[in-house]
Amino acid sequence: MTAGRGLRPYLSFFRIRFLCGMQYRTAALAGIATQFAWGAMNLLAYRAFYAADPSAFPMTLEQISCYVWFNQAFLTLFMLWFLDADIFAAIRDGGVAYELIRPLDLYRIWFVKNLATRAAKVTLRCLPILVVACVLPKPYGLTLPVSAAAFLLFLVTMLLALVLVVAFCMLIYITTFYTMNPLGVRIVATSMCEFLCGAIVPIPFMPDGLRRVIELTPFAAMQNLPFRIYSGDIAGTELVQGIVLQLFWIAALILLGRLMMRHALRRVVVQGG
Amino acid sequence: MKLYLRYFSIHFKSQMQYKTSFFLTLLGQFLTAFSTFLGIWVMFTRFRAVDGFTYTEVSLCYAVVLMAFSLAETFFRGFDTFPRMIGNGEFDRILVRPRSPIFQVLAAKIEFSRLGRLLQAVLVFAWAIPRSGVDWNAANLATLVGMILSGTFVFAGLFLLYAGICFYTLEGLEVMNIFTDGGREFGRYPLSVYGEGVLRFLTYIVPLALFLYYPFLALLGRSESLLHRICPAFALLFLLPCYLFWRIGLRHYQSTGS
Repeated sequence: MTAGRGLRPYLSFFRIRFLCGMQYRTAALAGIATQFAWGAMNLLAYRAFYAADPSAFPMTLEQISCYVWFNQAFLTLFMLWFLDADIFAAIRDGGVAYELIRPLDLYRIWFVKNLATRAAKVTLRCLPILVVACVLPKPYGLTLPVSAAAFLLFLVTMLLALVLVVAFCMLIYITTFYTMNPLGVRIVATSMCEFLCGAIVPIPFMPDGLRRVIELTPFAAMQNLPFRIYSGDIAGTELVQGIVLQLFWIAALILLGRLMMRHALRRVVVQGG
Repeated sequence: MKLYLRYFSIHFKSQMQYKTSFFLTLLGQFLTAFSTFLGIWVMFTRFRAVDGFTYTEVSLCYAVVLMAFSLAETFFRGFDTFPRMIGNGEFDRILVRPRSPIFQVLAAKIEFSRLGRLLQAVLVFAWAIPRSGVDWNAANLATLVGMILSGTFVFAGLFLLYAGICFYTLEGLEVMNIFTDGGREFGRYPLSVYGEGVLRFLTYIVPLALFLYYPFLALLGRSESLLHRICPAFALLFLLPCYLFWRIGLRHYQSTGS
């Protein structure tokens, strides 16, 4: 099978999922308003902390503003608790058998499906939030990137972060082959990982010991990296390190996912009916 | 009331049939709330105070809003599934029964797994109450209980409003989450943190501050005003427009026909 032909079916999976996700426009509109309010409230809280003690604040107000608005705008791209219910259902009720008889790679199908759902959601939501955030007065709005290079790296690491997030979610799906009940793994993913990847409080705010540990985990290579590259909070050697770690984690998680999946599929029992 | 208790025990028994699922959901609720608390902790490893409020004081504030919310969510979240009730015609069945629709919607769903959040609130209270420096005399205890109860009913009012809107839209409005889930998340800091404008809005329009902020000042001894202490009672007035909105919506209700 040539590379070109080999990719085409996955592209159509991507397209179908993407178009499907684009259908929910009203929901997106309501979502945007909600997310905007959340971003604003978060920012007001940070402002109060900044006023309390500017010297203890690990970022500038501009940087935290960018971080908060990106966090809201790209929420659906990076949220770890957003998992595909269809996949869990397929594993549980045996629908996975239909996917297995296709002459395609299951890991890849699920991977592109997840990429597409997230991409569709974010396409609907991010622009309005970003536009409004741009026109907000300094320092509460979205500023321009610190340099053209930073912007380019922001885009690249953002894409890589998305791949990493999906690779991580794949591990959750595959674990369900073993546990059958997705609830347990999901709960850990939904609660603690959100905290670790800096969705609740940006990683620079964390106490030093904890921060150093988190920075080595895959969680720091998710939204944390691109958002802070954009505003110049991560630059120089730290930036190079960050990208190397990001690439390492992508390779590691995909490899692990594939191995786990091969093992799981060898012992998978599809209950009839 | 007797009927509600019947529903209560039925829901309890049915949810206890799936014990693993129940306890995992409970754990999930607990951990999600816990990560919010971790967020507060992280901020206070750097900052000694925000807007003049210390870590223990903020924790106390968080415990109040969390407890009020989880109580409301356990007993009044029947309204949360209301769009589905309208959508699948179940509400039509409710209307033909000889009991108040509000009662039936409430009794249709009691989520005990939400008590995971309540557990979190209890633990934070246990931690913060002795450390807060508040003199726990009868008046202050009564204020605290008043805050929690009033908060429960304000959140219930918001849920009712949400359901009332469904009569027109036939689907849930995510926007309402700003005040329900958002109230829970942002209520973790005393509301003055968010600035004058937000505080005023949350006083006069959606009265979260009436049970969360002003009596809190009285509790900490920062306000001598009796008015601040009895604010939670005024917050209950919020139920009135919510109920009216529900009544008007109900009169306009046309079945979806399914």
